[in-house]
Amino acid sequence: MTRTQAWILAVLACALVPGAGWLQRTVAPPAWSDAEIMMLQSLWINSLPALPEDPSNAVAADPRAATLGWRLFFDPRLSANSAISCATCHQPERAFTDGRAKGRALGESARNTRSMVGAAYSPWQYWDGRRDSLWSQALSPLEDVAEHGGNRMQYARLMALDLTYRSSYQALFGSLPDLSDSSRFPAAASPEGNDAEIAAWQSMSAADRRMVDEIFSNVGKALAAYQRLLVPGASRFDTYVGAVIDGDTALQDKAFSADEVWGLRLFIDKARCIECHNGPLFTNNEFHNTGILSVPGELPDRGRADGLRQVMVDQFNCLGEFSDDPTRECAELRFARSGKELLGAMRTPTLRDLDRTEPFMHKGQLPTLAAVLEHYNLAPLAMIGHNEAEPLRLSRHELEQLEAFLDTLSGSLAVPPDFLQAPRSIAQ
Amino acid sequence: MPEEPYENLFVMSERAVGAGNAVAPAAFILALLLFFHATSASAQLPGTTTGPWTSRGGELQISYASNLEPLTINRIHSWVLYVETIEGIPVADAELTVEGGMPEHDHGLPTRPRVTRYLGDGQYLLEGMRFHMPGAWEIQIAIDALGKQDVVVIALTL
Repeated sequence: MTRTQAWILAVLACALVPGAGWLQRTVAPPAWSDAEIMMLQSLWINSLPALPEDPSNAVAADPRAATLGWRLFFDPRLSANSAISCATCHQPERAFTDGRAKGRALGESARNTRSMVGAAYSPWQYWDGRRDSLWSQALSPLEDVAEHGGNRMQYARLMALDLTYRSSYQALFGSLPDLSDSSRFPAAASPEGNDAEIAAWQSMSAADRRMVDEIFSNVGKALAAYQRLLVPGASRFDTYVGAVIDGDTALQDKAFSADEVWGLRLFIDKARCIECHNGPLFTNNEFHNTGILSVPGELPDRGRADGLRQVMVDQFNCLGEFSDDPTRECAELRFARSGKELLGAMRTPTLRDLDRTEPFMHKGQLPTLAAVLEHYNLAPLAMIGHNEAEPLRLSRHELEQLEAFLDTLSGSLAVPPDFLQAPRSIAQ
Repeated sequence: MPEEPYENLFVMSERAVGAGNAVAPAAFILALLLFFHATSASAQLPGTTTGPWTSRGGELQISYASNLEPLTINRIHSWVLYVETIEGIPVADAELTVEGGMPEHDHGLPTRPRVTRYLGDGQYLLEGMRFHMPGAWEIQIAIDALGKQDVVVIALTL
């Protein structure tokens, strides 16, 4: 090598090294193969099927029930102190979450508030799937001392005494019994309440308890009819997929930057996100242990291992006496899987609307999306059970591209605007 | 999810049989009718039959038809398994145990499917099937029939 050649090489090297990052950023992504386009289409909002039926809730698809449920959802009288409603933690402007690590109502909830958006598509509710329908889920917080803290007797009485609720209820579920005899129907009573409420509940006749349980279950069914309607709308990602399917390259370039396209490639391929975050809701609604560390000072959460036990004995499950399913087919419940892989497993959350659902994970352990991606990149050993995930070994730049892609999944909800705010009577 | 007629029929027949003494004769006739209806319906089962897969021992084979077509992720559904000898003779009274999973991911099915009914003619109703990830799956069917134990492995990609 001559002295001149060596100089040329040195100059070229100096030019290329700082340029490498620039090159990586601007390389145009390759065209999608047919198989990849099918994969993109499977994530597309237009591939979202019609709302699944809920045979256990006869009023699930009844618009009158949805309106009643909407009123109940925002009504703070459904609490021990008349200050907590479902919307306290499930705030419409935050995609029905609350921005906190753990929910805060009368006290602090045990876990992070999940988004309700698209929840009707899931066979299981909660992080651990301890309820098997939207309506049975809606009942638990109402009696949880850290959440609404009320009791079913109180809720039954509210339905009977509030004239609007009374007429809506009776139109949907038939006549309400007379609850005015305080020797039969105490002021507060519930099998899930404090000692006094439990004692009051036990003092009631079985027939009266059943009447109250039925009204309580119908409150849940109306709430579920409303919550079913909370579904995501189109995001920039959906515009991009539509453009890919149509072969409209101009619209593709307008919708997505090269980094976002690369991020999407990582999502469906090398980063393996699509294995669990699949379908138009970006979730399989199944239970996975991904080695999320417990909150300092807390024991690791047993997750689905406990949730399965709870749903099996839930009074309001699909096989229970308040289920409207005459066939009792209840396939998800009857064929639910147990096993050691469920220890520490939590239900996969949706990835739509992450811009308003921070912080993340079952106890809100991870404050940002960047922290979540860092976690999956390292895939640490699980504190309990076995971490299914393996280290991704993505570069810093790839993590940024993945995050850029995930940011494209935010959009507005496809919900009638009225249903995204409190009814006027309550807002005033 | 649209229900397949044979499933409804069997659910109805179960309920009819359990309906009590007063309606027992009617229930019996109804159940009988439903049984024949279901058996004749099962001869032309829903959808496409896939297979057969030969057992490890080489003497049996299994095909299946799914009431969810095409097979897609995240939807619970049922299969009908056809169990026959390698010569094509239907096998009755087989005990079938179904497991499954993704060999590449070292995990099983998200549900615990079970054979819940014999439909006659070597056909068994398998309920509670659901897949929750795209990719390569394996369904292992342990067969206890004709005094022998054998296993059939069905490979499929979603």
